[in-house]
Amino acid sequence: MASGVKPRVKVPKSAAAGEAVTIKTLISHKMESGQRKDKEGNVIPRSIINRFTCEFNGQMVLDVTMEPAISTNPYFQFEATVPEAGEFAFTWYDDDGSVYEEKKAIKVA
Amino acid sequence: MNFKAMTAIAVIATAPLAALAGPDEDKLVVNGEIEMVTKTAAPAHLSDALDEIYSGWRFRSDETQALQMDDFDNPAMVFVDQAQDAWDTVEGTEGKSCASCHDSVEESMAGVRAVYPKWNEEAGEVRTLAMQINDCRENKMGAEKWKYTGGQMAAMEALISVQSRGMPVNVAIDGPVKETWEKGKEIYYTRYGQLELSCANCHEQNYGNMIRADHLSQGQINGFPTYRLKNAKLNTAHARFKGCVRDTRAETFKPGSDEFVALELYVASRGNGLSVEGPSVRN
Repeated sequence: MASGVKPRVKVPKSAAAGEAVTIKTLISHKMESGQRKDKEGNVIPRSIINRFTCEFNGQMVLDVTMEPAISTNPYFQFEATVPEAGEFAFTWYDDDGSVYEEKKAIKVA
Repeated sequence: MNFKAMTAIAVIATAPLAALAGPDEDKLVVNGEIEMVTKTAAPAHLSDALDEIYSGWRFRSDETQALQMDDFDNPAMVFVDQAQDAWDTVEGTEGKSCASCHDSVEESMAGVRAVYPKWNEEAGEVRTLAMQINDCRENKMGAEKWKYTGGQMAAMEALISVQSRGMPVNVAIDGPVKETWEKGKEIYYTRYGQLELSCANCHEQNYGNMIRADHLSQGQINGFPTYRLKNAKLNTAHARFKGCVRDTRAETFKPGSDEFVALELYVASRGNGLSVEGPSVRN
């Protein structure tokens, strides 16, 4: 597992039904592109987060495929409509097979 | 005959330039709760030179300013998280972590950043935060020293700085530190390098003006360590000093050298009254 990986998510605690809320996500990750070489000239193997998804109550909200050109500590900000109270589930997939998860509940006021 | 028309054009032409010069009037509130003082009356020792002091935040674009207004958007917070892990990590021959002696960083380090660099009675020297951290690592933990301007050091400084955010910088300049402070002041006003520039030439006499594409600030260090968009990492004050002196085409002092420690003390004292902002975001 890549070291120092920590997902962070910001979701409002509550929203009006049908409201579009702004969600911010960030995962600290070195996102090694696989194009660089070390001092000895050996290629540093690629190690990136290759997929990011956001689901709401089991329904897919966002599914992103990431490529090596994405910079370190990928940050995503997007809007999602909240039809009912529930839980956002965020998942990041690492090249090395690791999966990082984060969940945030949201109330409907 | 066309004098009036020309004056009108001149006025229009200069208006946008006038808007660019000088710091802006935006208010900095972090996370909607920490109100920062980014403009205040200059400390007494500086009253001959400046009337008001401004945080570097006031000189940045709205987009860059916004990054510092919310911890989630502030890229420096990733490094603060890393330093929090380091704080709790046992290292060295003594089997200690920072937390072994200092407990929770939130309590033990509140207000610390605001008064550094300061006099250390035991050692009989002016100590910067970085020197103190390395002294702890070497003598209390039995661990290896960190590189003075390295990533781990910058992150730990950031973590400590966060605990004092919003508090006014209040560095002592008299008593035992007087001599070092005077030395720092001398360095500040000494012209260095092939370009023969002193710190004051840019940051006192020309702040608010453009130096090529860059908007000159007063060179305050209340926001250090600083996340810079240009290199996507935390930068320490000494690394920035080095960069500035290098830009005058001079041989620079070394980070952590007596000269830079003196300069840090002096420059920090020029910001007495501004809020501790570190880790700030700049371009």
